[in-house]
Amino acid sequence: MLVSYRWLSEYVDLTGITAKELAERITKSGIEVERVEALDRGMKGIVIGHVLECEPHPNADKLRKCLVDFGEGEPVQIICGAPNVAKGQNVAVAKVGAVLPGHFKIKRAKLRGEESNGMICSLQELGIETKVVPKAYADGIFVFPSDAPVGADALEWLGLHDEVLELSLTPNRADCLSMIGVAYEVAAILGRAVKLPEAVVKENDEMIRDYISVRVEAPEDNPLYAGRIVKNVRIGPSPLWMQARLMAAGIRPHNNVVDITNYILLEYGQPLHAFDYDRLGSKEIVVRRANEGETIVTLDDVERKLTDNHLVITNGREPVALAGVMGGANSEVRDDTKTVFIEAAYFASPVIRQAVKDHGLRSEASTRFEKGIDPARTKEALERAAALMAEYAGGEVVGGIVEASTWKEEPVVVTVTLERINGVLGTAMSKEEVAAILANLQFPFTEDNGTFTVHVPSRRRDIAIEEDIIEEVARLYGYDHLPATLPVAEAKPGGLTPYQAKRRRVRRYLEGAGLFQAITYSLTSPDKAARFALETAEPIRLALPMSEERSVLRQSLIPHLLEAVSYNRARQVENVALYEIGSVYLSRGENVQPAENERLAGVITGLWHAHLWQGEKKAADFYVTKGVLDGLFDLLGLSDRISYRPAKRADLHPGRTAEIALDGTVIGFVGQLHPAVQKEYDLKETYVFELALSELLNAESEAIRYELIPRFPSVVRDIALVVDDNIEAGALKQAIEEAGKPLLKDVALFDVYQGDRLPAGKKSLAFSLRYYDPERTLTDEEVTTVHERVLAAVEEQFGAVLRG
Amino acid sequence: MKERLHELEREALAKIDQAGDLKALNEVRVAYLGKKGPITEVLRGMGALPPEERPKLGALANEVREAIQQALEAKQTKLEEEEIERKLAAEAIDVTLPGRPVRLGNAHPLTRVIEEIEDLFIGMGYTIAEGPEVETDYYNFEALNLPKGHPARDMQDSFYITEEILLRTHTSPMQARTMEKHRGRGPVKIICPGKVYRRDTDDATHSHQFTQIEGLVVDRHIRMSDLKGTLREFARKLFGEGRDIRFRPSFFPFTEPSVEVDVSCFRCEGHGCSVCKGTGWIEILGAGMVHPNVLEMAGFDSKTYTGFAFGMGPERIAMLKYGIDDIRHFYQNDLRFLRQFLRV
Repeated sequence: MLVSYRWLSEYVDLTGITAKELAERITKSGIEVERVEALDRGMKGIVIGHVLECEPHPNADKLRKCLVDFGEGEPVQIICGAPNVAKGQNVAVAKVGAVLPGHFKIKRAKLRGEESNGMICSLQELGIETKVVPKAYADGIFVFPSDAPVGADALEWLGLHDEVLELSLTPNRADCLSMIGVAYEVAAILGRAVKLPEAVVKENDEMIRDYISVRVEAPEDNPLYAGRIVKNVRIGPSPLWMQARLMAAGIRPHNNVVDITNYILLEYGQPLHAFDYDRLGSKEIVVRRANEGETIVTLDDVERKLTDNHLVITNGREPVALAGVMGGANSEVRDDTKTVFIEAAYFASPVIRQAVKDHGLRSEASTRFEKGIDPARTKEALERAAALMAEYAGGEVVGGIVEASTWKEEPVVVTVTLERINGVLGTAMSKEEVAAILANLQFPFTEDNGTFTVHVPSRRRDIAIEEDIIEEVARLYGYDHLPATLPVAEAKPGGLTPYQAKRRRVRRYLEGAGLFQAITYSLTSPDKAARFALETAEPIRLALPMSEERSVLRQSLIPHLLEAVSYNRARQVENVALYEIGSVYLSRGENVQPAENERLAGVITGLWHAHLWQGEKKAADFYVTKGVLDGLFDLLGLSDRISYRPAKRADLHPGRTAEIALDGTVIGFVGQLHPAVQKEYDLKETYVFELALSELLNAESEAIRYELIPRFPSVVRDIALVVDDNIEAGALKQAIEEAGKPLLKDVALFDVYQGDRLPAGKKSLAFSLRYYDPERTLTDEEVTTVHERVLAAVEEQFGAVLRG
Repeated sequence: MKERLHELEREALAKIDQAGDLKALNEVRVAYLGKKGPITEVLRGMGALPPEERPKLGALANEVREAIQQALEAKQTKLEEEEIERKLAAEAIDVTLPGRPVRLGNAHPLTRVIEEIEDLFIGMGYTIAEGPEVETDYYNFEALNLPKGHPARDMQDSFYITEEILLRTHTSPMQARTMEKHRGRGPVKIICPGKVYRRDTDDATHSHQFTQIEGLVVDRHIRMSDLKGTLREFARKLFGEGRDIRFRPSFFPFTEPSVEVDVSCFRCEGHGCSVCKGTGWIEILGAGMVHPNVLEMAGFDSKTYTGFAFGMGPERIAMLKYGIDDIRHFYQNDLRFLRQFLRV
């Protein structure tokens, strides 16, 4: 809402407070003033001049040579390029020495050999936006009415010695979509009175019922419909002050009748519509829902298809307006209009919102209906419009108002105690302070022993309950006066849940291990949604995605992590190690919330370790990645319950992928990207993993219990076992551990060999076995007995023989 | 013979002095103190002396031997020390060469901010509540006093999946969910961080996915002044002691009264700079007293219980704190960006 400071001062006395100060006070009290703009934009020396003569420029087709009188001194010659300049006009002239917006100084000049002593200005040149400049002057200079005094300050006549406050209104403050509403707000802040405009309608002795009748067939959508007839209007420009106010508020002036409806819309917040009565085509107005398939050509010359969801104003046969949104072209007020039917109605918000949505049409009128108007002011606005049309369009107001109404004003009464106000706010206000605030708001109230009974005026539809009153009191009391305290309550310690605490440890571990945390988008494209997913379900698709790229919810974190790697590679960052913790979304059927499972995923590519001057260099590989996970399982105390099994999964290298199981249930995987996928994402050798983090964090791990630190020496025996090359090291190790129980404490693989010194199809796996008894020193014989048992077991199970 | 011994001593000491290494020194030792050395030779010739001279000469010979021995030892120590020094000198390295790097990753800046805020409120007795990102219309809107058709629903264009299911547009649904769990009994004291989604086109200041942190306290006798005190404490811990906050009236359907909260600019101490756009204040969160309809819908008696709620955007806080210029950085995962957040 754009609010002219000078216009506002007609309703509230603003003496002693500048526009800027006012803006600050309004902002502090609850409505944000986004900016205050001085309309004169630093302009100086612009006067109204009279064009005495106007003839073609001798050396230029598009220029005119004008002689302009300023009412004092000698008339001067000015060269003007506007196509509409003509002899006898009163125009805005920037004299030599004048300043236009942007510090543009006017100097004496020669244009194509002819002297020019100033500039005849268009409204745009005076800083007015093209979209609000009246159409007649949009492509040329502005022409003042003939009674504008020559030599006077042109800016004053255009209302530009003014400042405009731009209010940013929250949806609850639709009452401030009108000058009167803003006036009440400002009056409450300043503690001053509101002066309302007066409307005295002089009626002729005809009766409106002879002209028109109204019937509302959809009273829920339209609880109140009122109208008046003004006849013998003369369509022409509205008074300049009115045009200036409309332009300052961002509305383009058209003609006196339309301008008056818009002026009232701004003043009262009540949208009006003016029909050309003679072109209505009947003597009745019927308000109803549109028939399916019905059409209307609106004022913007667009044919619109209507449905049962839209409310229309009809002449009993066909629509003449899309109610509350835009009038029809067929009944539009034109230059030859003689009789006007003014509509002042209260349309309910939902039906208007639907029309705005369906037709993509938002207007000053529809915005106000959508947010809710004050029906108590509807007829007042109608009266004021009729009075102004009589005054400024030379019309005669026909006797009476035509009306169809089911609307009843329901009084809103709210009670609130002083104790509650202070209790909720933490203040120590007195009865008198609260009473003063309510009085400034002009809310009628009574007070009895600290209980306030407030009669909320209909203009404040946002106020219905105790808390609303408390808020009014608080904002006008001033939040700066609110003390700062802390809640008084039993002290309970805060903290993380065990799950949250473990998750943080997991993050810190991965970061310490060299991975950076990524956060990627949850929305993805259909082809990526289920890719790599540990578990898949029906894709969950947005009803109205903004793009196909972000149209379904992800089921794996890996696709976007790979995109991040591509992104980095495209920027010469080749070595990338990322992890992400986030949810995947698995459908459980339509119209139910999906399962949101927390996952941990990672991607590693490029050099894992480089310390080149000492000759160290290690590229990321499967075992680097697996090592990170092994550490994680150690951290969570789950290592003994985790197993890796070779696996084939889509998009992963068939020979370099393992599924990871916790207690035998698969909870994740680790592997190299399939070379085809690497190519697709333009990646080099890349390793990925994804784990069901929630499963890992929810798995109970044993509490730490101290074990005796070894007091006796342990015995270490190294063995190299030759087996078929398809034997898995993990299985062999497990067999050794089983067979060596309980004295065998550690088994560590330290060498894998395959090559010339072994028969084809064989490999050698070397393990270091550590035997230990916490009670005593082991004898060589004891160790040998167990060790033999181990060797026998692996020979039996795997055909493993000691390497000679 | 006496002279001979003195001469031998002088000779030996001179050779010891000249010995350049341990081998040469050992040769001197063998030459003078060995069984076939000249001193032994002199002693052997003692038989020619009168008996009363013999002990004197014997004593002198021992003195000489002792002197040579000491000189040998001293020299040996010196040579050994020199040897070690030479060896150490040869082992010297260039300490300015780079060390073997320890590979370190780090948390995302948003996580950094979120965890810092979590810890700060944990210190004030809050727990962390988390909830679904795919929400029902009821929890996302209706339970927050935003019935269907409410004009404020326009304020946040949402990603609907079906008519009843959508991606949550704020973390506020956790208010209703948590309160319901408490079955009408306070106190409730929670912080809810999480991802939220809105139909915005991604640009420097908008992201269709971003994070929020919601706070909620419900108890008997919670006052708006408690909200002010709590947020002032928060602002001082996050942005530094000496910060102040101010409330500006605002509107949210789920709080009443509602305020927007500014913190005094930490860059310019409130004098006005580019960070605070010359105002001295920076808007950091929205807050208010929990609307009675929200309390009642979640099963709390709004006559006995009051509460406050607040919500803030970690992106905004991170952008302010670290001077980040574009919200998209948070979701591009450019390592050149991420690795800037390593330091404590």
